[in-house]
Amino acid sequence: MRPPLRVLVPSLLLLFLLLFAWMGPVVQGVDPDTLNLAQTVAPASATHPLGTDESGRDVLARLEVGGRVSLAVGMVATAVALGLGTMVGGLAGWRGGWTDRVLMRLTDAAMAVPVLFVSLAFLTLFGSRLPLLIGVIGATSWMGIARLVRAEVAAMREAEFVLAARALGRDGGGIFLRHLLPHLMPTLTVAASVGVAWAIMTESALSFLGLGVQPPSASWGNMLTGAQTYLYSAPRLAVWPGVMILLTTLACNGLGEALRSRRQ
Amino acid sequence: MIRFVVQRVLQGLVVLWIVTTTTFVLIRLAPGGPGILADPKLSPTERRAIEERLGLDQPLPVQYLAWHRNLLRGDLGRSYLYQTPAASTVLQRVPNTLLLAGLALVLSLLLAIPLGVYAGRRTGSSADRGLEIASFVVLSLPPFWFGIVLIILFAALWHILPAGGATTPGLEGSLADRIRHLVLPVTVLALPGTAELLRYVRSSVWGATGAPHVVTARAKGLRERHLVRRHILRNALLPVVTVVGLQAPMLVGGAAITETIFSWPGMGRLGVEAALGRDYPVVMAITLTVAVAVIGVNLLLDVVYHWADPRIRLE
Repeated sequence: MRPPLRVLVPSLLLLFLLLFAWMGPVVQGVDPDTLNLAQTVAPASATHPLGTDESGRDVLARLEVGGRVSLAVGMVATAVALGLGTMVGGLAGWRGGWTDRVLMRLTDAAMAVPVLFVSLAFLTLFGSRLPLLIGVIGATSWMGIARLVRAEVAAMREAEFVLAARALGRDGGGIFLRHLLPHLMPTLTVAASVGVAWAIMTESALSFLGLGVQPPSASWGNMLTGAQTYLYSAPRLAVWPGVMILLTTLACNGLGEALRSRRQ
Repeated sequence: MIRFVVQRVLQGLVVLWIVTTTTFVLIRLAPGGPGILADPKLSPTERRAIEERLGLDQPLPVQYLAWHRNLLRGDLGRSYLYQTPAASTVLQRVPNTLLLAGLALVLSLLLAIPLGVYAGRRTGSSADRGLEIASFVVLSLPPFWFGIVLIILFAALWHILPAGGATTPGLEGSLADRIRHLVLPVTVLALPGTAELLRYVRSSVWGATGAPHVVTARAKGLRERHLVRRHILRNALLPVVTVVGLQAPMLVGGAAITETIFSWPGMGRLGVEAALGRDYPVVMAITLTVAVAVIGVNLLLDVVYHWADPRIRLE
């Protein structure tokens, strides 16, 4: 069966972005970190297809390697959020009662936190390293997933197939992994694709504010920080990284929407 | 009803306590300490003197209790960066953020409700499809980059609007000047919420249009305008209340980015500065203020919801 256009188009766009980030530097063969102070903020030319940035580095090459960082951070952070959300939501939905009440209050509390300040404060205090950045993004975006998972698990808890598994002597953890998790997969897939878009936006916002991916490593967010000084003289520096972020979020959200509407 | 409100207030206080405790512990656990101790020129004696003055030499539980004791007296400590009381430093910025977030919310509602109703009553039409695509693109747009693009277009290229700030020096009293400074930040802050709200209103109106009582009313020959106002909107707009509640933290979080891009003198930008400068009391004061605001808004909406929806009232 051929997948419908609504799934195909965003998937191809995502594939293109992944190829751009991982194969681009190989094809182009330009070092993204080479400084050239004689040629800063140069316009597009044959050697630099998208021109150079404020330190004379090739913009296209930096977009490519920056994409690696942004996409990787987005995907790993989403995996963290999915893990946390499934654990909290699964436990709350499965156990019910007090466990449920405590975990859901915790989720409410997490939702009332001004995520951006706390992430900023946390990253300034502990230093912005990639694993911490990923952890912070994951730890601040699991709440929606937890609520979805809790609702589904609570609805399935009394289902006959669960009762059957229980009667066969399987313990709670086993039932969750073997019997409930497969049912959660469609929800989790949608949450994952929308989550990647969210994580990449958060990463780029934090990097933009100077607390995400640290220079000289490129990320789409921190390329915008440098570009901010040139909004009047060379706005293209601010346009390209944003276009890349936008393409990624469009592809991820598009895929999420398409999968969601296929389920209904 | 009273029991319900009391119960929700108590729950809100528990949530608040979790938020402040977590923030407190996280901040204090961090290596390095506050920004003013980062100066390498400080001698160990000076460092100890500062720590003693700020109470940082005390064990963590003592500091934690002291913070709560002072909180009950309305004292949130002094800002390390500005040497002013943290509470008033934050509260001074609140009106600016409220202005921005409030206008953004009003704009969202004014745009999203009519457009959502329009689209929801004509699902599948080209107008509906167009709005769906538009809201999809808006939701995928990174807000800070959108802000930058607007600055490039309206300030750098066309010179019609200021790139940032709240007033032009020399024109402080002018209302027109205030408004000109508000246009771009309010737009950036309002758009994502508008798109989300529009989707909810649309699907909720669409759902209500097919409801049996609406079909009956239409069969009776009720006029369309009356039908929409009395029978569709009443049911359809109730869930919207919840969505507005969910957007409260987003508006405040979004305000931090928007305020930073447009150098808007609000609480959000203060928060970013405080976080970057490791200004513990201000970070705590902002966390507290935002958490109170978010929990308060949700509480209020819960009560409104409870009161407005007889089905919930019965439970």
